[in-house]
Amino acid sequence: MATLLELKNLHTYYGQIHALKGIDLTVNEGEIVTLVGANGAGKSTTLRTISGIVRARSGQVLFNGQDVTQMQPHDIARMGIGHVPEGRRIFPQLTVHENLEIGAWNVKSKKDIEERIEHVFQLFPRLKERITQLGGTLSGGEQQMLAIGRALMAMPRVLLLDEPSMGLAPVLVEGIFEIIQRINEQGTTILLVEQNALMALEVAQRGYVLQTGKVVLHAPARDLLADEAVRKAYLGAH
Amino acid sequence: MASVSRGLAAPSWSLRLPPAVRWVYDYLLYPIGQMLVFIIGAAVVLTLLAYLLAALVPEPRPNIILADQISRQLPGMIISGISIGFVYAMIALGYTLVYGVLKFINFAHSEIFMVGSVVGFEIMRRIADSGTLQQWNPVVLIVTVVLVSMLVSGLLAVLIERIAYRPLRGAPRLVPLISAIGISFFLIDFVRATEAITRNDFNLRYPTDQLPWLTQSVALQFGTTTVNVKPTSFIVVGGAVLTLLALNYFVNGTKLGRGIRAVAQDQTTAALMGINVNFMISLTFFVGGAFGGAAGSLFGMNVGTVTPYVGFIPGIKAFTAAVLGGIGNITGALLGGLTLGLVEAFLNGVLVYFPALGQRYTDIFAFSVLILILIFRPSGLLGERVDEKV
Ligand SMILES: Nc1ncnc2c1ncn2[C@@H]1O[C@H](COP(=O)(O)OP(=O)(O)OP(=O)(O)O)[C@@H](O)[C@H]1O
Ligand SMILES: [Mg+2]
Repeated sequence: MATLLELKNLHTYYGQIHALKGIDLTVNEGEIVTLVGANGAGKSTTLRTISGIVRARSGQVLFNGQDVTQMQPHDIARMGIGHVPEGRRIFPQLTVHENLEIGAWNVKSKKDIEERIEHVFQLFPRLKERITQLGGTLSGGEQQMLAIGRALMAMPRVLLLDEPSMGLAPVLVEGIFEIIQRINEQGTTILLVEQNALMALEVAQRGYVLQTGKVVLHAPARDLLADEAVRKAYLGAH
Repeated sequence: MASVSRGLAAPSWSLRLPPAVRWVYDYLLYPIGQMLVFIIGAAVVLTLLAYLLAALVPEPRPNIILADQISRQLPGMIISGISIGFVYAMIALGYTLVYGVLKFINFAHSEIFMVGSVVGFEIMRRIADSGTLQQWNPVVLIVTVVLVSMLVSGLLAVLIERIAYRPLRGAPRLVPLISAIGISFFLIDFVRATEAITRNDFNLRYPTDQLPWLTQSVALQFGTTTVNVKPTSFIVVGGAVLTLLALNYFVNGTKLGRGIRAVAQDQTTAALMGINVNFMISLTFFVGGAFGGAAGSLFGMNVGTVTPYVGFIPGIKAFTAAVLGGIGNITGALLGGLTLGLVEAFLNGVLVYFPALGQRYTDIFAFSVLILILIFRPSGLLGERVDEKV
């Protein structure tokens, strides 16, 4: 399997705070990889560093073999890295349709854009009914669907998902995980950050456990699910 | 109601209309209707207030019946209020666009306006010096002057952002503000020096006296009263309406406009979508600056003489207008500009009849408005909270 995304000894700071302390991580083409860890472990920071919205102080992010560490976020996005940020970050005063159009910012053809919007509506029929509604007036679940749909509009090669199940009712959570698997089956590689580690490890092939900015464990997902320490720390098992 | 992030947008239900109808509704009927509503609303309220004043003080001076004077002057006050109001609205848009995207007040904008008025002068003066001014078709001449000033002022605004604001992004809010004030002084002195060196004078007279079609008043009949209106008033209003319609289309109907709105709402997420945020910010400065430039040259043609210092008062009044309407809000800039213009015209018309007052107090009233709004309603007339909920 070809390596699509590779982080090498990545260090990121917020001012004095050393948030990532040498992260090594790879995501292969076609995989679902999950990143689990306690609050503040650095999961979101890892995704933000990949996307270029926070700068790595040292280390490298390689995408498809190319060093993107110093690139601008919009250029990184254009290369094929999609990012559904933590907290959804829907544009509240744009309509559902406009939010999706923004997702396809670098797509020139109007026809392609409309086709992709149709594709998103197939995944999330709920959004189609709300096409003229302002993003800020959607429910939390609908916003999450829109956030994922918006990222798919660019047809990224790898999709970074930051806690897509946050704040959703259990039924919706299952739905979201099904969609994630479907997106993956349609050919998108996924790097998934989740509080809901149990479900994340069930859909993922491999998992990384992050603790205060360091990878403390990485293994096939089913091994992590079986690991006693992991179960205790992250899966709420006793 | 519309912040920059929403544009001067028609309500989203119009999305359900057939596309051609929707286009006409969103980009012509709705914005024009909005302007008419604001003009008529402000004019009606002010007329009522003026007559109320006349009822309270029927004879401010011996033999001067205030109500009669108001009736006689009403059409003139409204017309001049509209034309100055549109100038304020156009300048106010520059403040509001930049504020809407960066939450930063570009205090150098009054000098961007000034440069527009000086560029307008330079073009007309040069054409006049070449002796061909009279041969120009009026429409072509005005469009050329306005477009070139838009271009120069727009590029100037982009340059200022690049040099004086962008490096300060992330610094405390006061720092770019001080930088803006520095840029203002620099521009004033730069223009003054340039004009003083090249023309030996920085009182710059538009050669409008060579153009009878621009200076000869048009007599309009309103019932029994005749009002002489300067042709430049029509040009100002026509130019402003056209550019405002274009702005509305740009912000709400084009991809770039959608990008600006996205950046105004959430820069980081916009970048994640592949939008070049710095480019969008430059574009916002360009559009805002271009509006300042258009207003400057229209203003220059209207008043005839401009100086490097001409930006300050209209600038601060337009800023008042932007705050009055709700800064960051495109519709608010329009409403605030028209309201302030009409208030001023009415004060000009009425204050002269009061002993010891007179027109020179008009500006004090305008600035009292600013202070009162800042104290009692900082979010302005169309007051949505400026900090957007996430
Ligand atoms: N903008 C910021 N400024 C300063 N410190 C930050 C900032 N963002 C995150 N941090 C710090 O960096 C560390 C890692 O944060 P991060 O958001 O990556 O954690 P996380 O693993 O995503 O946590 P959660 O599960 O709560 O989302 C934390 O200690 C956090 O306080
Ligand atoms: Mg997080």
